[in-house]
Amino acid sequence: MATLRNKLGPYCAAWSMVLAGIVILGVCPAYGQIKNSCLDCHSALPDPLEVSQEKFTQDIHSQKGLTCASCHGGDATSDDPDKAMSRKAGWKGKIDRKHIPELCGTCHSDPAYIRQFNPSLRTDQLGQYRTSVHGRRLAAGDTKVAVCTDCHSVHDLRAPSDPRSTVNPVNVANTCSRCHSDSGYMKGYSIPTDQFAKYSTSVHHEALAVRGDLSAPTCTTCHGNHGAAPPGVDKVQNVCSNCHTFQAQMYEKSSHKKAFQSASLPGCVVCHSNHGISHPTDAKLGTGPDAVCMQCHTPGDACDQARAGFQSGLSRLDDAIRGANQVLGVAESSGMEVSEARLAQDQARDSLTKARVTIHSFRTDLVDQDIQAGLKIASKNLQAGKNAMIERNHRRLGLGLSLVAIALMLVGLLLYIRRIEG
Amino acid sequence: MSPLRNVRSWLDERFGWDNLIAPLRKKTVPLHRLSYWYFLGGITLFLFIIQVLTGILLLLYYRPGANEAFESVQYIMTQVQFGWLIRSIHSWSANLMIFTAFAHMFSVLFLKAYRKPRELTWVSGVILLFLVMGFGFSGYLLPWNTLAFFATKVGTEITGQVPIIGKPMMIFLRGGEEVTGATLTRFFGFHVAVLPGLATVLILLHLLLVQRLGISIPPKLEVQWTANPSAKREMKFFPNFMLRELMAWYVALGVLGALAAVFPWNLGVKADPFVPAPAGIKPEWYFLFMFQTLKLIPPKVWFIDGEILGVLVFGLIGLLWLLLPFLEGAHPSRPKRWITGLAVFALAYMAGMSVYGHFAK
Repeated sequence: MATLRNKLGPYCAAWSMVLAGIVILGVCPAYGQIKNSCLDCHSALPDPLEVSQEKFTQDIHSQKGLTCASCHGGDATSDDPDKAMSRKAGWKGKIDRKHIPELCGTCHSDPAYIRQFNPSLRTDQLGQYRTSVHGRRLAAGDTKVAVCTDCHSVHDLRAPSDPRSTVNPVNVANTCSRCHSDSGYMKGYSIPTDQFAKYSTSVHHEALAVRGDLSAPTCTTCHGNHGAAPPGVDKVQNVCSNCHTFQAQMYEKSSHKKAFQSASLPGCVVCHSNHGISHPTDAKLGTGPDAVCMQCHTPGDACDQARAGFQSGLSRLDDAIRGANQVLGVAESSGMEVSEARLAQDQARDSLTKARVTIHSFRTDLVDQDIQAGLKIASKNLQAGKNAMIERNHRRLGLGLSLVAIALMLVGLLLYIRRIEG
Repeated sequence: MSPLRNVRSWLDERFGWDNLIAPLRKKTVPLHRLSYWYFLGGITLFLFIIQVLTGILLLLYYRPGANEAFESVQYIMTQVQFGWLIRSIHSWSANLMIFTAFAHMFSVLFLKAYRKPRELTWVSGVILLFLVMGFGFSGYLLPWNTLAFFATKVGTEITGQVPIIGKPMMIFLRGGEEVTGATLTRFFGFHVAVLPGLATVLILLHLLLVQRLGISIPPKLEVQWTANPSAKREMKFFPNFMLRELMAWYVALGVLGALAAVFPWNLGVKADPFVPAPAGIKPEWYFLFMFQTLKLIPPKVWFIDGEILGVLVFGLIGLLWLLLPFLEGAHPSRPKRWITGLAVFALAYMAGMSVYGHFAK
């Protein structure tokens, strides 16, 4: 059998292999990259034509392999500007605002195409957009309304899950406010422009922006995103009930629902407002400046009496929980083990929260049921705290007696030592 | 003949009881203005006995295991009759024992009681001090509360910094890569079997050496008393000194009872390995000076990792401390003040660093 041999020495062969490896490794990353000559010029052009390489590489489309030509047409592989931007090559130039939703929709409404990149991404955005106030107005020729790029940005468009994305839940309110808080821009639409200012003071904003709770609502949670529209007056509770399920169930069966419907009042919003929803306190049931019941009801009527009952019941339970907490706190600071009662305090607090939710039924018997359950637990915890304090006093008495016994023993020993040494 | 004499006579007939306790009868304690330091060793022994007794009582209810340990200690604190007292005394006594052991060690240093012929007494005493700290470290984890869990995590991590043997040692201590229920079972074993066994043997050796070599006299006083034997003052160990020691034990018992009744030992919150460590977590006070020092060492000292350097330096200091009597030289009669200076520095450093560590964030 013949053996083929070359004239390379072993060291030379090894070096050749290493060199070949380096070349292959160097070529591999370049393979598959598509040439995008547009950026060669546009990265050097002034705004608004400027699109830097750095900016475009941040764009999710660029990361998925799309180029400028994917939206603008033309031949991005040609270094000759005339060929690259020739109408023959399908170059469209700057996309007219009114055509942007349709252009985005060519891919984003095609499930087969989108599936290649993200099988779970929805493809109904364009359809929804057409039903939105924005979409309907655009179709009617109003180009001031928001199109895809206004909210999602352009050329540096990021996935909504990216915290830097303009449509990330944390940034949505700011994005909407760019138009909706601009009174000059919104002139002629006859809608208020204080939504963002109010939302910024709301309990929802605090949860989302301050506490970082991404489940807290922002503009799109209630209004929808692509199909954005204000919820109808009689549908408000449907929006709120997505999160506030129990309150909505209670309200559905309550006398208030019928009353509000017949008066064309917007459900939850009547008592809680909409964009500027503040943290609800028991003062809403009172008669002070934060009170809401007495805005409609007459002092002294049956509803006013029920209101007063609700408020005093909640106040009694709140006081009972605080009282038990105080005694348990003193017992704890005295070194007594009251962790079980401390844990049970959570159950009492749960009852208080449940009673506050049950208020939405506007039924005194149901609310009283929760309050009584809470009072029972709080009273048991208070007793546990008092028992701990009694036990503490017993311990101290026992200590006193023991110290007296020890002192007597010491005196006895001292006398004995004196006697044997005397 | 009284029943007690009958028993004694019975024992003497069979085991030579009188001969056995004859050295105790002859044993004396030097009397001088610093004699009260002699009580510290006895108080430490008393606290150790308290530890053994309360530890045995706690064993009746304590269940080692990540799912049961915390609940069993909670049960001891809330349901078991006087359980709170036993556990609080066990915890307070442990801390007081470490304090008195340190105080005893420094008194031995300042009174020069480590010198020839008592080198081995010193060595056994220092090993006992290390064992006592081991008791503290292993016992701290047993209630399986958050602070204990993370303190053990940090403590064993520091052990893991020792070059070469650190990682295997850490895995041995933890019973795996992480602090888990396996660590708790292991620490329980160390705490109730290994350490008590070693400590009992060493305490017996320590006491035997004290008995054999007698109680040391401060060098200056020894010179005076040798020159003028009539100035020598001493007290019989039994019963005179023993009765005084008993008084000290009663005082210690009163202090323990008061601490346990007024400040019952806290139970804390059950350990949850999945929550982040509480901010500013610190070890027990007797490890604080080492912990704070390690925190202050820069991350890199020349080319060595700061923490590794710190652990190595503390290890070396521990070894030198153990061998201190042998470092003083062959002529202990010659005035040597450097060990006293070192002891003063060590005491000031430990106290200063502990206070700094306590208040540092």
